[in-house]
Parts: sequence; structure tokens; C-alpha cells
Amino acid sequence: MVRKFAVPFIAVLVFLGVWEALVWINEWPNFVMASPSDLPAAYSKYWNLFLIMGWQTLWRTVVGLLLAVVFGVALGMIMGFSRTMRDALYPLLVGFNAIPKATVVPIVALLFVGAHDLNTVLIAFMISFFPIAVSVSIGLSTLEPEYRDILRSLGASQATIFWKIALPKTLPEFFGALKVAVTLAFIGTNLMEIVSPHGRGLGALFDSGKTNADYPLMFAVLIALAFLGIVLYYVVVALEKVFAGWAERQPT
Amino acid sequence: MTTDALIDIKGVTHAYQTAEGPLPVLDNLNVSVNEGGFAAVVGPSGCGKSTLTRLIAGLMKPDTGEVWLHGARVKSPRSTVGMAFQNPVLLEWRSILKNVMLPLEIVPTKLTNTQKEDRARELLSLVGLEGFEDKRPSELSGGMRQRASLCRSLVHKPEVLILDEPFGALDAFTREDLWQTMHALRAEEPFTGVLITHDLRESIFLADQVLVLSGRPATTQYVMDIPTDAPRTLDDLYTPEAAERLNVLRHQIEIAQGRASDEGEAA
Repeated sequence: MVRKFAVPFIAVLVFLGVWEALVWINEWPNFVMASPSDLPAAYSKYWNLFLIMGWQTLWRTVVGLLLAVVFGVALGMIMGFSRTMRDALYPLLVGFNAIPKATVVPIVALLFVGAHDLNTVLIAFMISFFPIAVSVSIGLSTLEPEYRDILRSLGASQATIFWKIALPKTLPEFFGALKVAVTLAFIGTNLMEIVSPHGRGLGALFDSGKTNADYPLMFAVLIALAFLGIVLYYVVVALEKVFAGWAERQPT
Repeated sequence: MTTDALIDIKGVTHAYQTAEGPLPVLDNLNVSVNEGGFAAVVGPSGCGKSTLTRLIAGLMKPDTGEVWLHGARVKSPRSTVGMAFQNPVLLEWRSILKNVMLPLEIVPTKLTNTQKEDRARELLSLVGLEGFEDKRPSELSGGMRQRASLCRSLVHKPEVLILDEPFGALDAFTREDLWQTMHALRAEEPFTGVLITHDLRESIFLADQVLVLSGRPATTQYVMDIPTDAPRTLDDLYTPEAAERLNVLRHQIEIAQGRASDEGEAA
């Protein structure tokens, strides 16, 4: 228990201490690098904005991520079960993933002018579905044939094989991908919020810090984003424990 | 077309379609196993033994020839078959008990949940896994996992048990333990068995009929009947009769591999 909570907590304190020391020793002014001691002032000054915009960023990230899960799993299933579809879709998927999403932001913004929530959710979704689709397809296509045969020889349908074996067996890979996707989705949301001038979300708060030369605010936003990222990540870890905890080997 | 054979494979020929053209694996294969019998199938590597198991299980159809189980022609999977492989393929997310109960979730049955559980527990105690019902497969040794896999293949009381080298990956001592477990299971559970193996000692210890398949494409090259008068013990493997049988089988395998001729110094 001590190790689980005290050790990461001390690590965060050490990190903040080193950061503070670096700024002090180098005598960097705020516009080069704000120090952790500047942050409480920024948070207390704009706390209501942090709450409102933090919530906007959070819910749009989560909705984007949920879309990515639904779409990624569906795509992964198609590619996992059909060799032809895998051969057909892989190059498209890799190509799509290779496009920097920053270049997609203006396209999406023009496509759905003014629909800021939709645009942001869309970018979060587009940036995060790839790892999910790939991991599910690999999980399904590498299922040992004996697993299938055990159920098929009893006359089980494809659907039964999927629910009883293929799906649970793929869960560890799925959660591995979901951990990657969570942080990616945050990047997507903020990309849209910073680049597209709609004034919503933590990204917009960051942008206003930039235009007003409020450097501590910019750093405060970064820390707030990191905090949200950690929270969502550990939500996924908790879900993984519940649904795929069996994959974790007991240390012997 | 009625015989007293429970498994009857008649003139089965099969080829796989590959990029280089058809690859014949079985050529006019005939196998028949009586009800309650236990046949071991030995032969060179890659001679189509696993194909044979998939045919009996109804997982694939032969190009020509017929597979009959209990007087009915096999065209698709039937729930009267149980299978176990070299890889125990237990579901890591289920307890041992739930793993063994898996077939009862698929096969139509009138058993209540309690009866299903009792049935699984009964089999597990028969193979010496009492007390491990709630463990996960990853907590068990290789031999114990294979025991659980055997229970799963028998839990729905199949007419036919198909074993595809189930002891192949185990160490020699564990393997001999499992052989004895197989005899214990046979004494309690009525089934007709087909065992694919590479181990000649295993074949004569467990089976009452050993079939030697020729090299690919496989056909039935030699059949040896092993009388089942008394319960077998491991000591029976070290008698002159056993040595004699092993010699004959080894020679037949050499013929199948193309390393000896039929006219050679047959033992």
C-alpha cells in the first residue's frame, strides 16, 4: 500500500522540486519557463475557467475515445476474421494513420463549420482508433486453431466462439491499446482546441495564455492536461483489472 | 451398410489445395474402431494424422470416401465428440472447474447447473485434481493442465474421444502418470478413443489396436491388435512381448518413412 501510493507521490514531488530548482538556478524569467511555484497563483486566479474548460476537454475526449473503441473494435473484428479484408484495409489504415492529424484539423474545421464539439470529438476519435483496430485484429487473427476446434467440434456457432473465446482472449491486447489510445485522444482534442479558434476547452485556455503573455497560465494548463490524462489512464487500468485481470501473472 | 464399428472410415482420400497445387495427405484410408475400443494411430511426421482427427470430428469433409460414427454419416461437427490436443488450450480467464464445464454450455443438455458442476468435479477428482477446481490454468503445471483438458473433453460424455498427441509436450515421468490416468478414466467413463501419437510405448500401453499409417499420402499400412485381458501396468512395457511389439512397430515406421523395405529383415 505504501509503495503503491507513496512512491509515485514522492516521484511527483521530486519532479516538481527539480523543475523549481532548474528555474531558480538558471534565473529564467517567466516567459522562458514558469516554475511550479507560479502555478498555484494561476490556478486560484482562473479556477472557474479550469473547471469549465477542463470538463469540456474531458467529455469530448471521452466521447471521441468511446467512438474509437466502437469503430476500432468493429474494424478489428472485420480484419481479424477475414484475410481478404485484412489485406484490403491494412494499407489504407496505415496510410490514414501516417497523415499528421494537425493537417486534418483545418479540413475537419471547414467541413463542419461551427460544429466545434463535433469537430473536436472527431479529431480525438480519428487519432485514437488505429491502435485499437490493429490490436483487436491481431488478437483475433492469432487465435490458435485448437481453441476454435474445441468449440466447433461441439457444434458451436461462430458467434458462440466469438463470445466465449475470441473476445475474452483479445481483451488484454485491447486494453493495452486502449492505454495508448487514451493519451492519443487527449492530443487530438487539444489539437483541435488550440488550432481552431472557438474558445472552448483547455486548449483554448492555453491559447489565451499565449496571446496574453500569461506564461504561468500556459504551464498551468499543461499540468492540468497531464492530470486529466493520468486520471483517464488509471480509469482504463481499473477497467483492465476488472475485465482482463486474469492475464496478470502472480509474481512467484 | 451396418457394421458393429462405432468409428468407421471407409476409403477416405483427401488433398489440401495449396499454391503449388493439390497436396494429397490421405489416400484410401480405412479405419474402424469398435464401440469401447481404443485405437492408437502412429506414423511419420506430417503424414496426415491430424487431418484424420479433424475428419472424425466433422471439422472437415474428405474429398472422397465416408466417415461414419455410430451408424450415421459425419458431415458436420457433432456434439458426441470430445477433443484434446497437445496444447491443452484452457481458457486462462476461467477457473479449472469452469474450463471443464465449457462443453456443457454448448452441447444441448438437460442437466441443471448444480448437476453440471457435480459432473465436472467428479471428473476432476478422478484425474487427481481435487482441490484445484478454483485455480486458474496459469497456476497449474503442464501435466495438471493436460489432466484438466482431458476432463473437459469427457465432461459431456462423448461417444468418441479424439486425442491428438495430448502427452507429447510433457516430460517422461508426467507422461507415464497421465497414461495411468487414461486407464483410470477408461475404467470409469465409457468412450471409444482415437489417439494420435509419436510414442510407440504409449501406443501399446494405452490402445487395444495400433494403426501404422504410411508416409504422405497416408494409407493404413499395418494394424496390430493388443489383447486386453488384464489391467495394464507400466511393468508390462518391459516384458518380452512388449519389446517384440515395439520392434514390429518400429520396423513398420521405418517402412513408412521409406527407410526400410517390406522384404527387409522384418522382426
